[in-house]
Amino acid sequence: MSTLTVDRVSVDLLDARVLHDVSLTVESGSWVSLIGPNGAGKTTLLRAIAGAVVHAGGIELDGVAPARLRQRDRARTVAVVPQQPSRPEGMTVLHYVLLGRTPYVSYLGVESMADLAVTMELLDTLELRTLAPRPVRSLSGGEFQRAVLARALAQQAPLLLLDEPTTSLDLGHAQQVLELVDELRRERELTVVSALHDLTTAAQFSDRLVLLVAGQVVADGTAAEVLTEELILAHYGARVRIVASPEAAVVVVPLRARARLLAGGGP
Amino acid sequence: MTPPVASSEMVGPSVPAAPSEAVGSTAPLRPVRLPRRWLLASLAVLAAAVVVGVTVGPAGLPWHAVLADIVGLLPGIDIGGGLDGRDAAILWQLRVPRVVLGALVGGMLAIAGAGYQGVFRNPLADPYLLGVAAGAGLGATLAIVSGSGRALLPVAAFAGAVVGVAATYALGRSVGGRSTDSLILAGVAVAAFLTAIQTFVQQRHADTLREVYGWILGRLLTAGWSDVRAILPYVVVAAAVILAHRRLLDVLSVGPAEADSLGVHAARVRLLVVVAATLGTAAAVSVSGLIGFVGIVVPHTVRLVAGTSYRIVLPVSAAVGAAFLVTADVVARTLVSPGELPIGVVTAFVGAPFFIFVLRTNRRVR
Repeated sequence: MSTLTVDRVSVDLLDARVLHDVSLTVESGSWVSLIGPNGAGKTTLLRAIAGAVVHAGGIELDGVAPARLRQRDRARTVAVVPQQPSRPEGMTVLHYVLLGRTPYVSYLGVESMADLAVTMELLDTLELRTLAPRPVRSLSGGEFQRAVLARALAQQAPLLLLDEPTTSLDLGHAQQVLELVDELRRERELTVVSALHDLTTAAQFSDRLVLLVAGQVVADGTAAEVLTEELILAHYGARVRIVASPEAAVVVVPLRARARLLAGGGP
Repeated sequence: MTPPVASSEMVGPSVPAAPSEAVGSTAPLRPVRLPRRWLLASLAVLAAAVVVGVTVGPAGLPWHAVLADIVGLLPGIDIGGGLDGRDAAILWQLRVPRVVLGALVGGMLAIAGAGYQGVFRNPLADPYLLGVAAGAGLGATLAIVSGSGRALLPVAAFAGAVVGVAATYALGRSVGGRSTDSLILAGVAVAAFLTAIQTFVQQRHADTLREVYGWILGRLLTAGWSDVRAILPYVVVAAAVILAHRRLLDVLSVGPAEADSLGVHAARVRLLVVVAATLGTAAAVSVSGLIGFVGIVVPHTVRLVAGTSYRIVLPVSAAVGAAFLVTADVVARTLVSPGELPIGVVTAFVGAPFFIFVLRTNRRVR
């Protein structure tokens, strides 16, 4: 029940055009991944969707623009897992996840027992219960990422934005976090937009991929449509082999760069 | 504070990150709030400081008579044995207002420092750093050298403090928008500039050097209750505003961008807390002079001992800051009796080693 439409959105940061006429639609309950080389504008697009950056064009979630909502209402509508979340000194996991209830607490009020109940349920779901009294600074990368996810889910927002949620995680923990997101997405009918670096992973978990290059949408479709050897060579400058696999949508295998200078000539 | 669960997992890097199902956490989990033991402990410290503050002094009032006089204030209780008229006047017109003023100033400086540290997420932030001290110093110096008497001194110091912070804000925004680094750098520049003017004015009027210097080092010389009455409304309102934002300062500890995404208007919270802390501090220093060190050392000590949540740090700092300054004032007026030490000398002389002691003993716990 929460279709996201991005209609010809442009963003200028420090006089440079970071996004240019970006349009895309994310169906309710689906998972769309933004892919693209460094500096393509993935994070900026996520921030624009979250209403955190001034933009031209329209961004609407079921006809409502998050940027026009009051701050509290926006936080109830869009939850963000930032790329590099800060770890406040001395704060416990429980208190950290409880921060996700902020949009439900009145300005000068304190968290209610209902807020605590939501938090406890999430601690159980994300297997954080035993870590609850620990300071967030003592957690491993995988544990902390689960805590950040729990905080975002505590906002009970229909739209979940993930900015490189697996960058600091090893293969196993990355997989664990993404599986968790997928499970929760189905369970809670969340709409998910993520920026992901790993193309094979992006193909595996997302319903659709959007390839952003220099602030523009270059390709938008299923993994098989977007992840082609030609597009990746043209926009990432990387030679890859695309392998169809029964376990994954497609597998992107990077090739060694020994023939890099000749790459322009094709295989 | 560290739960037993943590110890087994923090032993070495080889411990797997996956949560162990075997360890069941049975501890009751509650939202963060001020634990009663810290509330009671800080109030007990404050009460003890106040008792010492009203019973110790150069006039040599018998302490039991002082306490009897104070207890006698309570309705329906008269245990007798109080002070005679002259001694009662010393107690109620000199000593008690001085203790109350010390508590107000100390509590205000401590809670304002804690608020600044929360807003700027910088452990060294303090209203003094953003031009309050230098501005107040200049205002006070101008008032003293112009010979306008004691009446105008607090007003001039207050105005100078506000001008100093306003200049810092304007300068900081013009060079770096809302970045806190540029604000703190602007504070350094403004403070240096205002101090230069203040020093110049001071040098041109050598006859008032002693008075200016005395003010800058801080003192709680009072003329009865008038100073208390003058700053009470500012201190009460400022402290209440800062205290009301204790939960939001916890949210701000993840940084302004994340706080925004959690539904907090970070810029508005920061402005409110900074304005309140600045006005409260300006009011405090306008009557007490530049008592240093309280705004940084007290909140830090509280953090190290009681926890980092602002729901704990703010109220406990207010009580401990009040107790600290009342105690420091006792030392200031008894150590070289019948003379007086500047209280700023005492706060730094006692506070700095104590701060190092707390830092060292807590090094491993953190």
